[in-house]
Amino acid sequence: MAAVGTIEPAAGEPSVGPPSVGPPSEGSPSGSALQWRRGARTWLRWIGVVPFFGYLAIFLLIPTGELVVDAFKGPTGHFTGANVSAAVHAPYLSSFETSLELSALSALFGGILGVFVATAVLHRGVPAALRPVVFTFSGMASNFAGVPLAFAFSATIGTGGVLTGLFQHLGVDLTTLVPLTSGVIGLSLVYTYFQFPLMILLVIPAIDGLKREWREASTNLGASTISYWRYVGLPIILPSLLGMMLLLFGSAFSAYATAYALSGSTGNLVPEVIGNLLNGNITVDPQLAYALAFGMIVIITVVLVCYSLLQRRASRWLR
Amino acid sequence: MTTPAVLADGLPGDVGRKRAAISRRGQARRGGRTRFPLWSWFWIGFAALYFLVPVFSLVQFSFGGTLANGRSAGFHWFLAVFDDPAFRSSFWLSAQIAFETVALSLLLMVPTVFWVHLRLPRLKPVMDFVSVLPFVVPPIVLVVGLEPFLQNFTWLYSRPEVLPFIYVVFALPFLYRSIDAGLRAIDLRTLSEAASNLGASTFGALARVVLPNLRSAVIGGSLLTFAIAMGEYTIASLLLFNTFPVYIFYIGQGPAAHEATALSVISLLLTWIAMAALFVIGRGGRETAQLGVTK
Repeated sequence: MAAVGTIEPAAGEPSVGPPSVGPPSEGSPSGSALQWRRGARTWLRWIGVVPFFGYLAIFLLIPTGELVVDAFKGPTGHFTGANVSAAVHAPYLSSFETSLELSALSALFGGILGVFVATAVLHRGVPAALRPVVFTFSGMASNFAGVPLAFAFSATIGTGGVLTGLFQHLGVDLTTLVPLTSGVIGLSLVYTYFQFPLMILLVIPAIDGLKREWREASTNLGASTISYWRYVGLPIILPSLLGMMLLLFGSAFSAYATAYALSGSTGNLVPEVIGNLLNGNITVDPQLAYALAFGMIVIITVVLVCYSLLQRRASRWLR
Repeated sequence: MTTPAVLADGLPGDVGRKRAAISRRGQARRGGRTRFPLWSWFWIGFAALYFLVPVFSLVQFSFGGTLANGRSAGFHWFLAVFDDPAFRSSFWLSAQIAFETVALSLLLMVPTVFWVHLRLPRLKPVMDFVSVLPFVVPPIVLVVGLEPFLQNFTWLYSRPEVLPFIYVVFALPFLYRSIDAGLRAIDLRTLSEAASNLGASTFGALARVVLPNLRSAVIGGSLLTFAIAMGEYTIASLLLFNTFPVYIFYIGQGPAAHEATALSVISLLLTWIAMAALFVIGRGGRETAQLGVTK
């Protein structure tokens, strides 16, 4: 899954070099011919990745770029800052606030729970046979999102839900404590459902990357478990933990289906507002939709830049 | 590990006391290791509950309720759903789109990742980063950006066949990770050099030597892609195609709450079958990967 590869050791990876040039022993053409072949091959090598990057350009980069330009255009095609200015003022500013709050909260919940479960599963007192089981269930749960997840949580803590009924006996009303249709607390619990398994999948390779020798060395120097984590484990692993939580943040920030299925057209998250502006649930205003989408792109870009900085920092120790 | 307790007891004064204290702590720690890891089990249990309770509630709801004749519903909602022609058409549409997505993304990704591993290893950090992109790019932003562009191609835009082209972008991170891991597990260089020494072309080597070794990675990535394409809601609904998730949503908005949960259970089962298959293949995959290693 995303980001796992960047922290895994590049096992069996040959060192970078000109790989396609044959050994000099094979029937040697003259120097300039060899050079020409080398040049042609280098050039040809890049052709191999043209379909992939071309595809991405057409279906990811160009649409995104066009959207950024359109965000600054008025209905008649002239350039204006009015859309973007509207997008960052009331009432749309509160959508951004709600979305950011929800994403941060669910990334925090999911990240922390995921780390605890991952360390628990890797604990040596816990049978190793449990690991593949947890992996599989994490794969299942992290892909259980969207409309069915929304209905599952409605059946759990919504009106008439199973847990709602149980808690009513205890005198607790879950529908007002963690309302699913308004506010961010209930929704962040729903998002945590797919966030924490994702975190488990992302973080297990990183925790596995902590060398046993480091643990032994610090124990020999008299460190307790707590001081090992405080001075050795956590500082090494923290950049990649934060990076992964940023990915969780990004995935929560872009989620649409789950929230929309719960709150319908009354939702106030940025993706929901964009959806409403497009399908005309309230009004049709593509220009404003472009501006709001542009705002999302800006936030996602910041997230990605921080992610790659943290990733660089993380690779210093974890390879 | 040394036994500092013995050493420390022999030492005089301050140093000895310190070392003894340290060793006691060490022993307590070592003792703690064999103790029942309560906290670990607590978190595992908590996660299991978090995972299972909503599923349980969903399943219970899909079998719940009473019918007009006073009998409990049982499989009634499921049977009602299966009878609905709209269910069948949306389901097949989604399955078709998912198959097309898998085919298209394999066609794009397998040669590319193979090529990068073999010939352009310095491009790998770029690939790593690029393959994270679709993970965080909001589908709704992509729809907003793609709509004006796609309107230039009306023949494609109005047909559901447009969806696989977009879904490939979102399947990319998963397929890339899976193929990348698969290629790392085999000694690609040795395999392809051996193949070319025996007279195979680069893509002959890919098709006849590397791909068989990648079987489990490719199947695993395809299953994930299939599950993603099968469950995608945002893009399909905004481009107004009646795929399976759009149909579930539509039913859920109406009065048929039990039918909607039954549909959700079906959708959930589909994803889980894919994931369970992934698990089984993953276990077999390790063996295949080891067979492929020629070191």
